[in-house]
Amino acid sequence: MPELLMPALLELEEVYETAKNDPAFLQQVEYYLKQYVGRETPLYFAEQLTKKLGGPQIYLKREDLNHTGAHKINNTIGQALLTLRMGKKKVVAETGAGQHGVATATVCALFGLECIVFMGVEDIERQKLNVFRMEMLGAEVRGVSSGSGTLKDATNEALRYWAAHVTDTHYILGSAVGPHPFPLIVRDFQSVIGKETKRQIVEQTGKLPDAVVACVGGGSNSIGMFYPFIEDESVKLYGVEAAGKGVDTNLHAATLTKGDVGILHGTLSKLLQDEHGQVTEAFSISAGLDYPGVGPEHSHLHETKRVTYEAVTDEEALDAFQFLTKTEGIIPALESAHAVAYAVKLAKTMSSDETMVICLSGRGDKDVEQVKSRLEGR
Amino acid sequence: MGKERIEQRFTEKLANGEKLFIPYIMAGDGGLDVLEERIRFLTECGVAAIELGIPFSDPTADGPTIQKAGIRALKNGTTLAAVLEMLESFKTRREVPIILMTYINPIFHYGLERFAEACVRAGVDGVIIPDVPLEEEDLIAGFLRKNGIAFIRLVALTSPKERVVEIARRSEGFLYAVSVMGTTGVRQHHDEHVKAYLQTLKDISAVPVLAGFGVSNGEQARDLGAYCDGVIVGSKIVDLFNEGKIKEIQELIEESLMTRSKA
Repeated sequence: MPELLMPALLELEEVYETAKNDPAFLQQVEYYLKQYVGRETPLYFAEQLTKKLGGPQIYLKREDLNHTGAHKINNTIGQALLTLRMGKKKVVAETGAGQHGVATATVCALFGLECIVFMGVEDIERQKLNVFRMEMLGAEVRGVSSGSGTLKDATNEALRYWAAHVTDTHYILGSAVGPHPFPLIVRDFQSVIGKETKRQIVEQTGKLPDAVVACVGGGSNSIGMFYPFIEDESVKLYGVEAAGKGVDTNLHAATLTKGDVGILHGTLSKLLQDEHGQVTEAFSISAGLDYPGVGPEHSHLHETKRVTYEAVTDEEALDAFQFLTKTEGIIPALESAHAVAYAVKLAKTMSSDETMVICLSGRGDKDVEQVKSRLEGR
Repeated sequence: MGKERIEQRFTEKLANGEKLFIPYIMAGDGGLDVLEERIRFLTECGVAAIELGIPFSDPTADGPTIQKAGIRALKNGTTLAAVLEMLESFKTRREVPIILMTYINPIFHYGLERFAEACVRAGVDGVIIPDVPLEEEDLIAGFLRKNGIAFIRLVALTSPKERVVEIARRSEGFLYAVSVMGTTGVRQHHDEHVKAYLQTLKDISAVPVLAGFGVSNGEQARDLGAYCDGVIVGSKIVDLFNEGKIKEIQELIEESLMTRSKA
């Protein structure tokens, strides 16, 4: 990270360390998560899906039912409250699918903060609805055409903007990546997913799940889901990356599966890069998974093999998108459809006395138009 | 060679009452073949050293001009390894110190120790890595020190006093004073408080202080240079080379180095 941003990062670390031990702050976060976001989200027993697959008992953690339609708001509520604590009035954010952008624009509207969201032009094209939502919420959406015009480039531009405005602006980073303390803050605010799941599954089945599946781009919903289960060794954890057109092509976003160690956006982690250390462009049908890096904690969990990371292709995700929609009447986000796609495969190896949780990180309304044109062109 | 060469040259120039001028050029912009010629030309213009950028896919400290130059260089197939090889091929024909500027990932990928050793072979004298702060510099500082390569640290307008003191204490060759809030690129003017900032850095730093980011003409260079030991001009020079306006580069450097008639 440039020196210019270091004092702000150190300040953020200090403010966060105090806040997370301040009962009043935690109560405030909890209040908004309950009354505004609508938590807790259900852990829904997917009976039809379970029957159809004939394997384990499958439960869906319904993050899609959060206000704004995805898990992203768990983090933006927390970080907006930190912004207020730091006395800053402006917020900058990056977004891929637009879910984090919408969640940021939403909390900025709620707390009266000015908001600028950087979004790749490619993503603006595939997520027009979310762009409109952000604008309706009072945010300014700035298109980024450098590089591949996706999440990585939006992050570059958000960092540049932040450097120029750091004295009065907080950067609400949405994924479990970026410089310290962001991966930690995002994990902590997203851990509500795993904490609730753990309590709910025990309430409903009397035991911990045998398998937990979540999709991984930068890795915010998955680290939030996995973190409370890390010490529970009987629970198998599966992170699902985007294989795009296939991990053996150049068109994928499977960072842990195919990348190697590098440093991007202040994170030492796995990275998609060429043999000269130039970061390569990620590719996925899902804008939210289209990032060539991954959170450092995932990199660690990959190394220690505590979490198994797999990758599913665009086609498999599209099939799962339709399958879940028809089977359960739930339209998943294309990101979450990757988790569903792998869960379908995994279910075949499990028995009916076992349980599996899928993190349904977001709803698919935003993707309907894109899926429609993909299916018509298939 | 290395750190000593920078110190020697800067000391000589400053003792002569000259200000230090460092141009930034992007390696591989216009092809690697033109590198020797550009370095020779800049040397003849009287520069103190040359900052040579190695292109990186995600240059978060750079504004649009250098970003675009980086993309052009990458499209030409420029790599860190190729630049080091090219530099080695004409190292005996160079008189000015060469300071590489790149982000940490290409170096990390090349190998940190291998990079420091290759710098020595290539006749590189110093290194600037804008995305490695104080907290992370142990990653590479030891390898550079062992090989006698100056590790030039950057200080920013946001750096509090105690960080400034520590960064200045560690910096080798010179202290790079980032003089804008934001990225590299041409600015119309610098805030008045930048002068006080440079003055403070001068008081603190044992090594020369050079102002960079946003400096794009002779007047700005003289203006800021009055409060420190010199300036670094990047985006403007990158643009002029790209447009083939060689004569204007010479004029910019001459104007920057003109003795200021001080009242």
